[in-house]
Amino acid sequence: MALDDLKTKDFAFVGTRPNRPDGLDKVTGRAKFGADAHAPGMLHGAILRSPHAHARILRIDTSRAEALKDVKAVVTRADFSDQVPFAPGLEGEFWNVLENVMAGDKALYDGHAVAAVAATSALAARDALKLIEVEYEVLPHVTDVDKAMQADAPVIREGATDYSVPEGMHPNVVRMHESGHGDVAAGFAEADLVIEDHFTTEATHQGYIEPHACLATLGMDGKGELWCCTQGHWIVQKTCAALLGIETANLRVTASEIGGGFGGKTTVFIEPVALALSRKANKPVKLVMSRSEVFRATGPTASASMDIKIGMKKDGTITAAEGIFRLQGGAFPGGPAEYTAMCAFAPYNLTNVRQVGYDVMTNRPKQAAYRAPGSPMAAFAVESVIDELCNQLGLDPIEVRLKNASREGTKASYGPRFQRIGLVETLEAAKAHPHLSAPLKPGQGRGISCGFWFNHGGETSVSLALSEDGSAQVMVGTPDIGGSRASMALMAAEVLGIPYDNIRVTIADTATLGYNDVSHGSRVTYASGLATIKAARHAVEKLCERAAKKWGIPVDAVKWENGCAVPSGPNAGDFDPLPLADITADMGRTGGPISGHFEATPEGAGVSFATHIVDAEVDPETGKTRVVRYTVIQDAGKAIHPTYVEGQFQGGAAQGIGWALNEEYIYGEDGRLQNSVFLDYRIPVASDLPMIDTVIVEVPNPGHPFGVRGVGETSICPPLAAIANAVSAAAGVRMRNLPMSPPRILSALKAHG
Amino acid sequence: MQYHSPASFAEASQLAAAATGTTRFLAGGTDVLVQLRADIVTPDTLIDIKKIPGTRDITRNADGSWTLGVAVSGAEMGEHAALVADWPGVVEAMNLVGSTQVQGRATLTGNLCNGSPAADSVPAMVAAGVTATVTGPNGERKVPVGSIPTGPGRTSLAKGEVVSALHIPARGEHAGDAYLRFIPRSEMDIAVVGCAVNLRLDGDTISEARVSLGAVAPTVLLVEDAAAAIVGSTLDDAALDRLAAAASAACKPINDKRGTIEFRTQVAGVLARRVARIAYARAKGEIIKGHHG
Repeated sequence: MALDDLKTKDFAFVGTRPNRPDGLDKVTGRAKFGADAHAPGMLHGAILRSPHAHARILRIDTSRAEALKDVKAVVTRADFSDQVPFAPGLEGEFWNVLENVMAGDKALYDGHAVAAVAATSALAARDALKLIEVEYEVLPHVTDVDKAMQADAPVIREGATDYSVPEGMHPNVVRMHESGHGDVAAGFAEADLVIEDHFTTEATHQGYIEPHACLATLGMDGKGELWCCTQGHWIVQKTCAALLGIETANLRVTASEIGGGFGGKTTVFIEPVALALSRKANKPVKLVMSRSEVFRATGPTASASMDIKIGMKKDGTITAAEGIFRLQGGAFPGGPAEYTAMCAFAPYNLTNVRQVGYDVMTNRPKQAAYRAPGSPMAAFAVESVIDELCNQLGLDPIEVRLKNASREGTKASYGPRFQRIGLVETLEAAKAHPHLSAPLKPGQGRGISCGFWFNHGGETSVSLALSEDGSAQVMVGTPDIGGSRASMALMAAEVLGIPYDNIRVTIADTATLGYNDVSHGSRVTYASGLATIKAARHAVEKLCERAAKKWGIPVDAVKWENGCAVPSGPNAGDFDPLPLADITADMGRTGGPISGHFEATPEGAGVSFATHIVDAEVDPETGKTRVVRYTVIQDAGKAIHPTYVEGQFQGGAAQGIGWALNEEYIYGEDGRLQNSVFLDYRIPVASDLPMIDTVIVEVPNPGHPFGVRGVGETSICPPLAAIANAVSAAAGVRMRNLPMSPPRILSALKAHG
Repeated sequence: MQYHSPASFAEASQLAAAATGTTRFLAGGTDVLVQLRADIVTPDTLIDIKKIPGTRDITRNADGSWTLGVAVSGAEMGEHAALVADWPGVVEAMNLVGSTQVQGRATLTGNLCNGSPAADSVPAMVAAGVTATVTGPNGERKVPVGSIPTGPGRTSLAKGEVVSALHIPARGEHAGDAYLRFIPRSEMDIAVVGCAVNLRLDGDTISEARVSLGAVAPTVLLVEDAAAAIVGSTLDDAALDRLAAAASAACKPINDKRGTIEFRTQVAGVLARRVARIAYARAKGEIIKGHHG
């Protein structure tokens, strides 16, 4: 993008904090979420799930369920497309998704779907499931990532390994990533202190408040309608069409309002099943997951086992860093091992660095993205070792990070050279923040950590249409998961020069706009925002053309200022400013409707860094931890709507607190998930959280017209490490395994003496 | 499913005695309805007892004892100043159950009959010496509440028997009770360990004590060794050490998703110390507000 396209100051609308356009609907209950849809003649679906972690399906007898009067359809894998090819690794992702939404020859985890029913009521559907007989041959299972790599581990699926994995590894290792530069052995030899340590994290769930829900209609004519709660309806359209064997364009998908996603709603779970039931019953079918189904059968994040080795000189210079990251992503390829490896050392300017990631299959649900997938666990392991190096060498943790920080031009640990980045600015802001020098009480400890995320662009389409009265409607294709309608309206207002309230932003369905990638990768404010600005500029070009025509001057003699066409200079002529509404009032007679469009795959997302400061208090008698103070400092590039940027910062910290302290997937010896309800899956409640303070750093991203960097994901990268460093300081013992639950802390204290 | 709302406990008992399949009594419903919705227990017969006259009453008897109807909610207990003044431990234990919304429905009797060893109110009731009237086909009997739960999800109530009232003893002078539970979070959680202490003073010396533990065995425990450890003392450090040791020694916990054997055993002792101090201070006349977590 040409530099003169960049605007980084003197904004009229950007940077203000108006109410979100969807706010009233959401606080009054008028907003329609996934489960709020109804259709005439609608049936209710329910899914039968495997009670076994690993079992061959020998026989499914649905006849007793089908015989019930209230039951209108029963589906199994046979009711889906047989044209979806199996392939190793992620090449076979459609097959992986199909296998996940409805088991084939084997049930691969506790909760894996094996059949589904549509009936005239939700209760009838649930009861009908009990009449379906499934004969299983129970197989040995494995749910732990390290055990899944051992020679005696049961093989989950032969042939799932792709080209990247060296020979001799267990077939459960399905992908491998290796990167870095320099000579780590030489680097370690230069160090005054080398620390090598092992860390683990458990799988955690995104914990969105809204369970997956959909309403599907698929007729005998192969034309379908799907209403669902999703982060991206085009991927739902494409995937469901493939799994059902219909043409993509024949399935129209509409995204409902969304009660949280955090990456977990970037794929499909129940939607293809509802469509298959609808096709068979020839009626609309509604499917709503219970919370227990959400835990057992949607995608938590991966669990990790990690080895970190870092060498440091007495002056704090890191001489070499090496990490091995093993991630289990459930019974399918896709654990984010390469992201874990690539993010691990990204905050630091290293001469010698090497990272290896292994994607490992286990008998657990197929992992899904969770806010910066793979990065938080990497930061936990790496930043714990850096903290320990600082402790042992008597160095200041902020100064050491500043000394080694990645800057513009640094060759990143994962390869490319960084453009303009804001890590140093976040560290300087941390250094200046009163939190860092506030006194601690006895029993409290302070921890800091940096974190990194790539951010993403992705395929994006936006249309903007002007109305006769001078108001504007913006059609975007990225579901609003964090206040993005407000941000889009602010950016459109900035370009058009009309009030924020005169712009309505709609999430268009798949039939009314071009393709859009999912709302993920912190891409919405960046990519849909960029596309909104460009679409608005496209409309402005047309507005200027109409003014030029009216004034009888060349179009390049007209410019757009404060919502009006004006002559570009004294030589262009003497005309009064022509407001947008005056042009649109006549647009039907002066050339027709005025719209702006933009479609592209923007590539300049701009990576993002954060530094977090945490104070934690540990009760040495019970091991109970309380986070007493928390400060998030993050580079937002440019905060379009600062309130929602702060909300993202706080949300990442809140989820990080849960992940660090008490959230975990707990499996029994039988391979069954032990805690599939919120009573025992211990997500933080409001009273567990301190006020989470935020500092927005703005180092403009050259890849966005207003300098935006995505902010949604980076905020969850530092918390695990920052909290672990704080808890370790408070407890006086290094905590290497998450979650740092009270029993784990108490036993570490005991072992420490 | 058959739903009944009888007008008397005798009628409720008859309905239950005549019912086949799974029967559940419905008071607050905060366990029954959750289990129903989660497809854990779908009763064939559901007997709603909260419409029986008197079940919402909190009554102070002439002798200073209390009678609580079976549908009295946790919120109603918490708002009853005289009951809170007499039995702050029983009330704070009940008030720890669930959320504000749940408190509007949840009952002591339901918490007792759900049979969970982690039920918050049960250790407090056991320490307080609460008894229950049980109405059955053969009339009424009165039993200590501790004899009702017999293991996770099980009770000693026979077919056709229903708890029809709870009785809290007269508080008497120079006495106090308290309950604490350990949860990893601050609220909305289930006890990993619970501990209640109820004691009476003669001057500064403890003359009577009852110590009860929850979530460390298949049923709530009344730990006589722990009570003996502090009776006759002024709750000095040595007595507190003996109390903690006795509490830990009484634990017969399991390793599960909520905690380990080692953790529960140690924390039982820690909580016993902390609870005893609160009960002692209350017996001395100090007002100590309930701990929510």
